[in-house]
Amino acid sequence: MSPEPTTSVSATASGPAAPAAVQNAPSGAYIHNIGYRHYDGPRLGRAYARRSLFSQSLRGAYGLGRSAKSKVLPMLLFAVMCLPAGIVVAVAVFTKASSLLIDYTRYAIFLQAVIGLYLAAQAPQSVSRDLRFKSVPLYFSRPIERVDYVVAKFAAMASALFILTAAPLVILYAGALLAKLDFLDQTKGLGQGLVSVALLSLLFAGIGLVIAALTPRRGFGVAAVIAVLTIPYAAVSAVQSIASVQGNEAAAGWLGLFSPITLIDGVQTKFLGGTSSFPNNLEPSTAAGFVYLLVTLIVIAGCYALLMRRYRKAGL
Amino acid sequence: MSTTSPATSPPALTSPKASLFNPTVARLTYRALLGRRRALILFALPALLVAIAILVRSLVGADDTTANGILGGFALGTMVPLIGVIAGTGAIGPEIDDGSVVYLLAKPVSRSTIIFTKLLVAIGVTVAFSAVPILVAGFVLNGNSQQIAVAYALAAAVASIAYSALFLFFGTVTRHAVVFGLVYALVWESLFGNLVPGAKTLSVQQWALAVGQKIGAEGAITSDVQLPLAISLLAAVTVAATWYAGRRLTSLTLAGEE
Repeated sequence: MSPEPTTSVSATASGPAAPAAVQNAPSGAYIHNIGYRHYDGPRLGRAYARRSLFSQSLRGAYGLGRSAKSKVLPMLLFAVMCLPAGIVVAVAVFTKASSLLIDYTRYAIFLQAVIGLYLAAQAPQSVSRDLRFKSVPLYFSRPIERVDYVVAKFAAMASALFILTAAPLVILYAGALLAKLDFLDQTKGLGQGLVSVALLSLLFAGIGLVIAALTPRRGFGVAAVIAVLTIPYAAVSAVQSIASVQGNEAAAGWLGLFSPITLIDGVQTKFLGGTSSFPNNLEPSTAAGFVYLLVTLIVIAGCYALLMRRYRKAGL
Repeated sequence: MSTTSPATSPPALTSPKASLFNPTVARLTYRALLGRRRALILFALPALLVAIAILVRSLVGADDTTANGILGGFALGTMVPLIGVIAGTGAIGPEIDDGSVVYLLAKPVSRSTIIFTKLLVAIGVTVAFSAVPILVAGFVLNGNSQQIAVAYALAAAVASIAYSALFLFFGTVTRHAVVFGLVYALVWESLFGNLVPGAKTLSVQQWALAVGQKIGAEGAITSDVQLPLAISLLAAVTVAATWYAGRRLTSLTLAGEE
């Protein structure tokens, strides 16, 4: 080892009665070279950071790379989501039915409670914790911009939802082919189903993230997301069935605009050849159908804009 | 300790222990539930219910079946459990989640007092935000014909007590209390309740409906559970959940963030 290091400061402190020591100190003072170096390897840059944020968020949405406890809920919901598809396939194979019990496009509508719970559990997990542990400023100290963060989180949440909703459709499709159902028919159905759940994923991811980004507390985020998804649905269904009983079918068709899941239901009924879960399998009129599609796209874009606005400030 | 302080401090120490209700804990819980923007989500639900009631009344007019559908399906079926989840788990969950509950537990207040106080506040909030608007909406919908408004309001109040106790208990047991509360309220009561007849016997909603059935006019409200069974189950769930929540709190271990 080299001789004991001294600086002029420590010299003054140690020798109060020795002005000579102060004068001698600069000659004896030096700084150790402990081998710090510049990093001159490749810098991976913004695109890489964005990609990493995306893949981490997507993995996190299924608890991968996190503790075993946080894997339980997403995996359980994923299993619950796929289980009915397995049952439908089994029934189709053993009864030699000529069609599946359930349309591809309606599957997600039937299991909306599971999708809602998944979103409610995972959207706050994705953004609220960043707020609570104040890691948002750390992200922005990397070479990513606000738009990268928002896009990565949005894309990751939408992809996670798409995996959740598309997996059972693929199971249905595989089962349908095994049961020797009509290939063209089933492929068309799968295509329509996938488009429908893609829209649903984008819409739900947007809504979930906007709400979750407003609170650093996970619990409130979960409750708020589920409230926004289920309360309008319950309200719309109640009023729709009343309107339908009163014979006001047109009003019932338009009412679906006011809750996320009926919005998707309306779009898939009109454009993707599905049957709606509205009372009497009511189909919205053509004008209403276009409004449904328009509103869906506006809500998705609006959620993105709100998220961008929200992250202008890193904190709350 | 100085010799003069015991003269003043014992009353301050013993008085919270003596009663099951602690006003300070109540105030803190109340502020945690209704502070700042959290109140908005709680105000939005009753406002929506009353708005729907006004809309339906103006579109359809007074009609008992409609009122039954909205108060039973939407209000009691969705709104009450949701407010119960928010108030019940919100009364204790966030504190356990961020670890600040240790400061509360370190005070000379018995754990069962804490739970009981929090339960009272949660019940109060749930009743105020569900039973009262249901009463208002019921009067708007059909002017309390067949006692429907009063019956549903009372059913909601009874359900509020059970839900608050149940979800407060969930809050002490798991970090994912909100999710499990929602799974119970939405999946078990709504989904299984409709598919499996037996599941209805184990549903707070049906127990509350049994109370409503007693009050409403003959045949106005139906429940799948007999009244004596419903009341004893309601009481059993409330007491058991509160007792066990108190026990959980005495042996609480704080988990770190996952």
